[in-house]
Amino acid sequence: MDLTTLLVHSGAAPEDGFGDLTPPIHQSSTYAQDHPQGLGPYEYSRSGNPTREAVESAIASLEGGARGLAFASGMAAISSTLLLFSPGDHLIASRDLYGGAYRVLTTLFTKWGLETTFVDTSDVDAVRRAVTPHTRALYVESPSNPLLRITDLAAMAELAKAHELVSIIDNTFMTPFLQRPIALGFDIVLHSATKFLGGHSDVLAGLAVAADADTGRRLKDVQNAFGAVLGPQDCWLLLRGMRTLGVRLTAEQATAAVLAGWLAERPEVSRVYYPGLPHHPGRALHARQADGAGAVVSFTLQSTAAAQTFMQSITLPKLAVSLGGVESILSYPATMSHAAMPPAEREARGITDALVRLSVGLESAHDLMEDLGQALEKSVAV
Amino acid sequence: MHPESYLAQCGSRWDSRTGALSMPIYQNATFRHPGLGQSTGYDYSRSGNPTRTVLEETIAAIDGGCRGLAFASGMAALDCLARLFRPDDTVVVTEDLYGGTYRLFERVYRPMGITAVYVDTSDTPAVETALSQGAKALLVESPTNPLLKVADLRSLGHLARAYGALFVVDNTFMTPLLQRPLSFGADITVYSATKYLSGHNDVVGGLLVARESGNAEELAFHQNAVGAVLGPQDCWLTIRGLKTLGVRLRRQQASALHVATFLAGHPGVRRVHFPGLPDHPGHDRQRLQATGFGAMISFEVADAAKIPDILAGVRLFLFAESLGGVESLITLPAVQTHADIAPEVRERLGVTDALLRLSIGLEDPDDLVADLDAVL
Repeated sequence: MDLTTLLVHSGAAPEDGFGDLTPPIHQSSTYAQDHPQGLGPYEYSRSGNPTREAVESAIASLEGGARGLAFASGMAAISSTLLLFSPGDHLIASRDLYGGAYRVLTTLFTKWGLETTFVDTSDVDAVRRAVTPHTRALYVESPSNPLLRITDLAAMAELAKAHELVSIIDNTFMTPFLQRPIALGFDIVLHSATKFLGGHSDVLAGLAVAADADTGRRLKDVQNAFGAVLGPQDCWLLLRGMRTLGVRLTAEQATAAVLAGWLAERPEVSRVYYPGLPHHPGRALHARQADGAGAVVSFTLQSTAAAQTFMQSITLPKLAVSLGGVESILSYPATMSHAAMPPAEREARGITDALVRLSVGLESAHDLMEDLGQALEKSVAV
Repeated sequence: MHPESYLAQCGSRWDSRTGALSMPIYQNATFRHPGLGQSTGYDYSRSGNPTRTVLEETIAAIDGGCRGLAFASGMAALDCLARLFRPDDTVVVTEDLYGGTYRLFERVYRPMGITAVYVDTSDTPAVETALSQGAKALLVESPTNPLLKVADLRSLGHLARAYGALFVVDNTFMTPLLQRPLSFGADITVYSATKYLSGHNDVVGGLLVARESGNAEELAFHQNAVGAVLGPQDCWLTIRGLKTLGVRLRRQQASALHVATFLAGHPGVRRVHFPGLPDHPGHDRQRLQATGFGAMISFEVADAAKIPDILAGVRLFLFAESLGGVESLITLPAVQTHADIAPEVRERLGVTDALLRLSIGLEDPDDLVADLDAVL
């Protein structure tokens, strides 16, 4: 079955139900049992809920993994995954990654003895040099947030296997529609399903997919014990959003490509980051390991003041946190997605105060260019 | 602004207090008044609810009407429309139409003295003849359900005006993104929002859009008085569905053409009805009045005895009522959607026991063709 078809039919309601076209919302915390010994397939919704299982099986089949798990948020998925490790363990992570992930790694998990070294994962040798006898995992984003840096995923997976590391990737920006890391050798794929998967800016959710059954089992044990599960209503809404992932992302990507090219020609814009642009570093690599450049475009204005004026002058995209929805969203990494990263760390990564990130929605390219154009003109007006 | 830009953001600016991008669900029955004789604009949810307001304003905006109204189902919307009529009124109606509409007129309104006269509305002169006998309204589906016949909406609009009849179009199959009947002089458009508008086979709802305020006020009065309104949760889900209407419909249409072309060449298929096929009688007319051919197909199999096996054998198509959602569906109109129409009428219309109807969803078109190929 083609991926496009799987998007529509994965996670369908059980065959032995009433024939509902959508899975019923099992808004129940507990389940009546026939016997005290030998409990039935469901006993308590933290451990298992049929509606949650629908979305979990859907993401597992889309990513080509053995097991899917749904969490209350992307950070819950990331944090629950990190609970696989033990005090004294060491992690290597992409230098360029979401501020929330940076925060848990550097402030929360350090208290529990998990150390992280941040490396430019587009440099395979640098990653190799960072491996120590205590290293247990590799954690990457590609394209990264927000500068869309590309990491060689097959090389990372191979390196991980060679050193017996668990390879983990946050695949939020691409989704399985555009990039399938398990096929490239990754062990665990994470998502902020709040973004493109849910797609309508109305569900907060996280997903994890394990490539093999054993890792799946261990993650499931964490999910059950720690309990940061996604509720049934949100599972159902998430699955509903996933039905149109293909058509949404295809259209959003097409518009993003148009906008990226247009922004690259604008005098008010200093630099544009988009994997589809000819001079984007890693463009060819990305084209080999993914099916498209995605719908997130980052760009810098000429100065911090210009960026501020620009953000206050847009009227069509919303100035907001988050991305991946049907409405275009303009974010300011400095105060939003990367606020948790100390300014010096941010600046060192190139995430400056003049950088904005645009998540392209379903509005027409024409309407977006008209609005962004007038905001760009104002950004340089004296 | 392009309608799709509007749709992508519908409800996104409502909540100025929090800036929520998604319209809040006002799961609420009643509203506090600031004082005697004062109102926030909302008093009781039957009369008005903010989540329903956003849905109603959105459909009116993209359809080019002055007001939208949301109901518990498409039938409830049609029922509200019928309350504009009085005993001894005659209504000219498309003869091959949704069986539920037929049932409403025959079993509910005919006993109340409202007479429905059924005409092939793709035959403009026949419509004129019927209107000339005196009619309060003309109710048209185009393309029709299930034979996909195409009416000349612009001409019918002129005729309705000339004969003083209210012109109503059930635009469910097309949606405002493909066809805007109000621009051809229709006074009111009707939608089963259950179908393409909410698009995910999970909400039952209906919508009316009025072009002018006179009709709008009368319809709004009945919506409030009779009260068959759409609840806030369902309004919200419909709003959510509308955001992706454009991308869904474009893909579904392209796939439908692919599937229809395959069926037209299959020896087991006697006839295919799809306006996108060049030899469809309404093909040219459709191109002039709509920006697409839709994603509904009906076809006659050569051997009607194979139908049970076809329906039992499909793996991807779901054998179910309804249409317009992300999953592809197959139905047998004679026993499902058109069961309420008398057999002899059905046969004459061509809604035979050999006719199957397909609603094309978002699955890969080659997978859909493979599924049909296997059962045919």
